[in-house]
Amino acid sequence: MSQATQSDLSNGIAHKTRAGGTPQAKGTTFVLGRTAKYALLLFFVIIVLMPVYVLLVTSFKPPADVNPETSWGFPVRWPWESINGGPTGFDNWVTAWDALAPALGRTFLLAIPAALIAAMLGSMNGFVLSRWRFPHASLVFTLILFGMFIPYQAVLTPLVQMKTELGLPSNISTLLIVHVIYGLPICTLIFRNYYEGVPIELLEASRMDGAGMLRSYASIILPLSMPGFVVTIIWQFTSAWNDYLFALFLTDVQGGPVSLALNNLAQGAQLANYGAAMAGALIASFPTLLVYIILGKYFIGGLMSGSVKS
Amino acid sequence: MRKGIRNWGPPVLLLTPSLILVAIFVYGLIIANIQTSMTDRHSLASEGAFVGFENYITLLTESRFLHSLLNLAVFTVVFIVGTMVFGFIWAWLLDKGVKAEGIFRSVYLFPMAVSFVASGVVWRWLLNSAEGDRASGLNRMLQTFGLDFLQNSWWNEPIWGMAAIAMPAIWQLSGYIMALFLAGFRGIPDELREAARMDGASEWKLYRHVIFPQLSPIALSALIIVSHMSLKVFDLIMAVTKAIYQTEVPATYMWIALTENDYAKASAIATVLLILASLFIIPYLIHTMREEKRSS
Repeated sequence: MSQATQSDLSNGIAHKTRAGGTPQAKGTTFVLGRTAKYALLLFFVIIVLMPVYVLLVTSFKPPADVNPETSWGFPVRWPWESINGGPTGFDNWVTAWDALAPALGRTFLLAIPAALIAAMLGSMNGFVLSRWRFPHASLVFTLILFGMFIPYQAVLTPLVQMKTELGLPSNISTLLIVHVIYGLPICTLIFRNYYEGVPIELLEASRMDGAGMLRSYASIILPLSMPGFVVTIIWQFTSAWNDYLFALFLTDVQGGPVSLALNNLAQGAQLANYGAAMAGALIASFPTLLVYIILGKYFIGGLMSGSVKS
Repeated sequence: MRKGIRNWGPPVLLLTPSLILVAIFVYGLIIANIQTSMTDRHSLASEGAFVGFENYITLLTESRFLHSLLNLAVFTVVFIVGTMVFGFIWAWLLDKGVKAEGIFRSVYLFPMAVSFVASGVVWRWLLNSAEGDRASGLNRMLQTFGLDFLQNSWWNEPIWGMAAIAMPAIWQLSGYIMALFLAGFRGIPDELREAARMDGASEWKLYRHVIFPQLSPIALSALIIVSHMSLKVFDLIMAVTKAIYQTEVPATYMWIALTENDYAKASAIATVLLILASLFIIPYLIHTMREEKRSS
């Protein structure tokens, strides 16, 4: 996408100068239009970032400084300064960290394996469904895909009953199974679309050489699959990390992921100690934001594979 | 015969684990859910005798459930219109060659990476219903700008409250729709625009006859994605308002039913949601499948 951006940047400007009108009028509208455009873009940036501003400033205010009148203002003292020996701005972060730390660790233990296992299965499915097709492959694919779009509410009641009957624990191991299973459809979709781009000749050549399917998969497809794995792993990691629905129905705060711990911390918050909840929201969002910042390009790729086919 | 096994054996082997999992956990559980919804399992102690459509009839004549459907409808309309409008405007502004496009795009898209539970913390604060001296959040900001008449109790408002709840959802997903539309804009060949301009088409006609038709498949995908997300809205409401009557939607009502061990009711609500979602999904999936058959 970024390559397209570079070339479109110059193209876009070229369009403008080619537009009609007398040369002078064109110049004026061009400058006006451009200024208005950047002004609009900046205005939207401010709106989108507003909640982040609120999170940051509030998280650094000691509880005594959190009141309606100054709620939009910048902190009036350094985060380490206390008022008459009371809690400081930093104490919000300490409180939030203490409340979330164990859950953060559990969430990594959930999101990483959930991502890896679902990606691996998705890769195998995607390969079969795109490059080693069999009769009714597209029907099978559509049946798998349906699992991605269903409201998970439609499986939750029996899932809860099943968990009780099998005596599964209310912790992340149960959640791990669930995230692998419901991650399968999207991983399959992403890999299937990705493998469609692998030249069929490559596979035919290996078939001629007598390689069976598993052989072709291991020696030709897997080595080419890195970008597909990056996209699916990011996608799965983010959705497992951010999940609240399954976590709420299948685990409890003692053994659940960070979304439960954060909600627990935040629901206790009144206006006065919003600071700790806001620090907690920032801490809980940090891993997915990091993924987004470092691997943003692939994150977008994942979003696209989940919706439009090229 | 042996060739057949060699050809179809391995693919089946690779697909089997996933197929079994999907068969049990998607289709099997949906059937189990429908089964439960037709019993009288209203408590843990209940035997679960078959009662047919009784639970559905009760639901569809219950004002509380209808209220939750109405809430969902208001939320969905505002959410769809909001994300489509912002997504389109952002993509349109960015399409025409903007310096630092990457930065704008990243800012607009980043809320997507954050969970509803986390963004709910700040939106609960922004949508605080206190007015006047006690106002904080958006109400306080409106006051600062002298726009007091716009102050309101946000999600506590009986009818328009659900529109307020849609604001965080719009904040979170407009960037996604922008990314879809941007890909759509970039997919329109320059020659098409040029040809239309050569024929003397005005900017409006260019959009009306060239660009909008080219974007419509993407707009349709976006619409389907946003509507099915909307039907499932749960995290956001739990995070911003908790499960209360004013902002109740079927998904949060189902949670309440389940915490009261009313399995039959919970699964009936879930089935209604599934049917609503299927109205969007099934035509979409059939369409995708046909396209694919044509291309292969």
